[in-house]
Amino acid sequence: MDLKLDHHTRDGIEVVDVEGEIDVYTAPRLRELLIELVNNGHYQLVVNMEKVEFLDSTGLGVLVGGLKRVRAHDGSLDLVCTQERILKIFRITGLTKVFGIHDTVDEAITARKSEK
Amino acid sequence: MATVEMSFTPLPVHVRTARLVATAVARRSGVGEALLDEVRLAVGEACSRAVEAHQAQCPDEPVRVELTGGNGRFEVVVTDAVAAGPDDGTSSSAQPAGWPEPANGVANGTSPLDQSGPPQGLGLAVIAGLADDVQFARTPAGLSITMSWPSDGTS
Repeated sequence: MDLKLDHHTRDGIEVVDVEGEIDVYTAPRLRELLIELVNNGHYQLVVNMEKVEFLDSTGLGVLVGGLKRVRAHDGSLDLVCTQERILKIFRITGLTKVFGIHDTVDEAITARKSEK
Repeated sequence: MATVEMSFTPLPVHVRTARLVATAVARRSGVGEALLDEVRLAVGEACSRAVEAHQAQCPDEPVRVELTGGNGRFEVVVTDAVAAGPDDGTSSSAQPAGWPEPANGVANGTSPLDQSGPPQGLGLAVIAGLADDVQFARTPAGLSITMSWPSDGTS
């Protein structure tokens, strides 16, 4: 399946809903969206990956790039993911220590709000 | 002789096709369902790396993939057509640039946030973490990544 992207603002945090496959072909679209959001002043991001069916290292690179961009503005990029096959990639690459990974969007927003 | 051989134009859009074919042949070869996700991801990573290398150096040459099942193993060989460069890391270690140290989850042991661009070597780190066995071979034709997993099939 191709990649579907959507986003909305919730409690002052921009939630990016990602559905489908994030790979070397589709990852540039996610990169463009994250760059656009940051350029528009959205520095608190939550990327909801619950409907992501496939994620490769190109996708990981895009997420790391997004995290770098928001951190340059003292922002944050948290992830929502409970799928073991996706989480495994984060563990293999050590990126579980880099991203905040939550079970639900609500949990991610609550965690981010509590850190402010 | 490989069970299935394919070659494809080095474009990102074709990597998904290679993943799907590899997964189908792995399933047919008796690789367990629990390992199919690992096959799919590792093959995708190897093909993505090859496509990136081809686009930089030989965009007209196809990427080759050989899939072989039997004798209790399912083996995938992804071969690029990129000649060895002076700084590709193969001259001294027989491993490509970006290959992570075994103890490190992330290439070169550095945080990806310490790097100025997208993290390098993540794909190879993923392959190393997923494949049951991984080997590199630098030949005159290019770099081959051979990955294999256990299977219960015979053909």
